[in-house]
Amino acid sequence: MNQLSNFKKGFFKENAVFVQLLGMCPTLGVTSTAINGLGMGLATTFVLLMSSLVVSVVKEYIPAKVRIPSYIVIIASFVTVVDLVMAGYLPALHEQLGLFIPLIVVNCLVLGRAESYASRQSIVSSVVDGLGMGLGFTMALVMLGMLRELLGSFSLFGFKLVEGDGILMFVLAPGAFIALGLLTALINHLRKRFNPASK
Amino acid sequence: MANNKQEISFWKMVISLALVTLISSATLGVVYEVTKEPIAAAKLAKQIRAISQVVPSYDNQPVDDMFKIAVDDQKEDSLEVFPAKKDGETVGWAIKSYSPKGYSGMIWVMVGLNTDFEIFNTYVLEHKETPGLGSKMTEPEFNNQFQEVDPSVFNLKVEKDGGDIDALTGATITSRAFGDALQRAFNSAEMNIKTHEPAQ
Repeated sequence: MNQLSNFKKGFFKENAVFVQLLGMCPTLGVTSTAINGLGMGLATTFVLLMSSLVVSVVKEYIPAKVRIPSYIVIIASFVTVVDLVMAGYLPALHEQLGLFIPLIVVNCLVLGRAESYASRQSIVSSVVDGLGMGLGFTMALVMLGMLRELLGSFSLFGFKLVEGDGILMFVLAPGAFIALGLLTALINHLRKRFNPASK
Repeated sequence: MANNKQEISFWKMVISLALVTLISSATLGVVYEVTKEPIAAAKLAKQIRAISQVVPSYDNQPVDDMFKIAVDDQKEDSLEVFPAKKDGETVGWAIKSYSPKGYSGMIWVMVGLNTDFEIFNTYVLEHKETPGLGSKMTEPEFNNQFQEVDPSVFNLKVEKDGGDIDALTGATITSRAFGDALQRAFNSAEMNIKTHEPAQ
């Protein structure tokens, strides 16, 4: 697999949200608006990129039996670094996303990539994989956020499109599940139609 | 022989885990030290920004003049009050008030009072309300109704409870808690500031 398709697989073929259904907790929790989805996606991408890099560098030195705790410590460290740096240098953004940053530790997408990809592949492949998966995750979160914001409060990226209060349910948790279900069905339909080879 | 091998792999595990945690904690220690000052500065800047928005214009340093008052009739002084002064005369107080009645956790609101004990303006410092619903209490559509109202006339309860607050759609609990935080600031100020420091 060349690096381009390695990068692209995170968007459709192996999209973390719509195909692998990984990382549902942040996906459903933070996507009430498109901006929140974007911020959470980018923060996750950074952690994913850094943890993939470090895991693929140290993979030969860590005994197989203790790899999971080691990976979790590495990931949690990067999350804390992101949290502190954001609080210090980007306080406005931190105010918006502060609640969600610690959630990245428990995002199984990050651990999943470390375990199933970065611990077996070369450094370059792991970094490309981390970046592709992260950006694919970001794309999914933004799509979900846009749909929920549009239906739930008739606005997009904070701009009011139509006057009125919207369908309240889509801002709340049940709407998150419904919107995710609809989008997953749509994406999988498109995936089958344009690429019959993929199951 | 097998025993020996097991022992070697055991020590390998112990050492590699210890190394991973050691390096991680060292990194975090460095990052914490480096970001400590910017974080404190950002917090202070936010507090000053909040104060400057909720009281009439002033020329002193309210953060340096901060004093504490008791909540309602409790003994312990726990509410932080930032007095705003212009040319030495008090023009208002910014009170860092709170409400435990939020939809999810505490709500911290900076409440500004002028010397007539009217609410000058309010600023939400911290909350964990539902994004897109309760979080709308930070927006002017909701917030502006509390500008220059006199809490002894304006009932700080939502309309549903017989008060004067026009509640947020789908976030009555948040609106109620917001009123609660304002009421707490007002009651405490009336009890502890008005009696000790008569308005000019």
